[in-house]
Amino acid sequence: MLTKRIIPCLDIKEGRTVKGVNFEQIRDAGDPVELATIYAKEGADELVFLDITATNERRKTLSELVNKIAHHINIPFTVGGGISSVEDVQLLLKNGADKISVNTSAFKNPNLIDQLALEFGTQCVVLAIDTKKESDGNWYVYLNGGRVKTNILCIEWAKEAVSRGAGEILLTSMNNDGTKQGFALDITHQLSTQLGVPVIASGGAGTMQDFADVFENAKADAALAASIFHFKEIAVPDLKQFLANKGIPIRI
Amino acid sequence: MKTVIIQYNAGNIQSVLFALERIGVEAIVSDDEEQIQHADKVIFPGVGEASTAMQYLKHRKLDQLILQLKQPVLGICLGMQLMCKFSEENNTQCLGIFDEQVAKFNPGEEQLKIPQIGWNNIYDLQSGLFKGISNNAYCYFVHGYFAANGMHTIASANYGITYSAALHKDNFYGVQFHPEKSATVGEQILKNFIDL
Repeated sequence: MLTKRIIPCLDIKEGRTVKGVNFEQIRDAGDPVELATIYAKEGADELVFLDITATNERRKTLSELVNKIAHHINIPFTVGGGISSVEDVQLLLKNGADKISVNTSAFKNPNLIDQLALEFGTQCVVLAIDTKKESDGNWYVYLNGGRVKTNILCIEWAKEAVSRGAGEILLTSMNNDGTKQGFALDITHQLSTQLGVPVIASGGAGTMQDFADVFENAKADAALAASIFHFKEIAVPDLKQFLANKGIPIRI
Repeated sequence: MKTVIIQYNAGNIQSVLFALERIGVEAIVSDDEEQIQHADKVIFPGVGEASTAMQYLKHRKLDQLILQLKQPVLGICLGMQLMCKFSEENNTQCLGIFDEQVAKFNPGEEQLKIPQIGWNNIYDLQSGLFKGISNNAYCYFVHGYFAANGMHTIASANYGITYSAALHKDNFYGVQFHPEKSATVGEQILKNFIDL
């Protein structure tokens, strides 16, 4: 049976792992390769590396880092941050990334998704969406690491992106991110049940029960978290055992 | 010992090379006839689309070359599917080493997501390729098409339907999952192939 995936996310800035709280403050949490190797050994199902400053500073993710990671870890990993062209993706895949994630650049130029899907296959195109629930009760797409609001609904953009060839959606709720109060179950459920591709829920994980909820209630295919793993508040093996004991399909 | 990874227009070749490095196996990536023919082991990887990949193989005459190989050959993912007879993916005539047919997953009543992406268990393991691998071990899969179960099936998996996780005929082996991305289980399977 296909299992639910647990994905530690490593936010990268200048070759180091960092984690923003609500995308603003940043704390250092170590060497990405070392951390990635530990997670792979502990049973993480995948890893995501996001160059969080890339969009703003127009900086490309360091392909050397990707190459180093690819040499060391034996599970799949996704790289995102500042990717805006077929050439960017080619370089990252050539250096050993399994998938790439696009966010702002794809929103501004949706054809990028079609081009990437055609060139490399839908399986390596992850669309990342930062979304926020506004006072009108709707979830909107935000760009540039959550700094720029759009008037487009999250579900609409997700559907369009999938029709263009996005193979997975990485959904981050800005309302929940950094709060440790649990994932955004409503929007995750909406996307997971309405899209024909896997949805990775992100933002808000604080307890092991939060993961159980996002899998059981919101039907997420995968759940991503950063600081709770980096600061050892939850260990991946304990989390996976907890979920397996609840009858959730998990790779132990 | 010389291991050659066949170079063609399909993804993940680098990942296979890195995985072999991690288990201490030196390999080269090549589409040179001489190199491939004289290899002790040949790996035929692949992520991509069937008809485009077959066209490329034919254009480079790699299709005939692969069929004539006598040493152990391991097809991975699309590589395995191309070793089958026929793929529904753009109705592609493939190499025909395995009689099994390749069809598209059906979402069905469970509303399965396609492609299947993630870790699934493999069972009914019937080959030295799986030496030391326990029944129901998890491997990493990424695929929208599957090879049906048939006489050459040496491992099964299930995603709405039971299908071939691995195939074997004579010196030809194929795995649908990605051993290069399947943690220690995958590394053991790669080691087993190298030790054949």
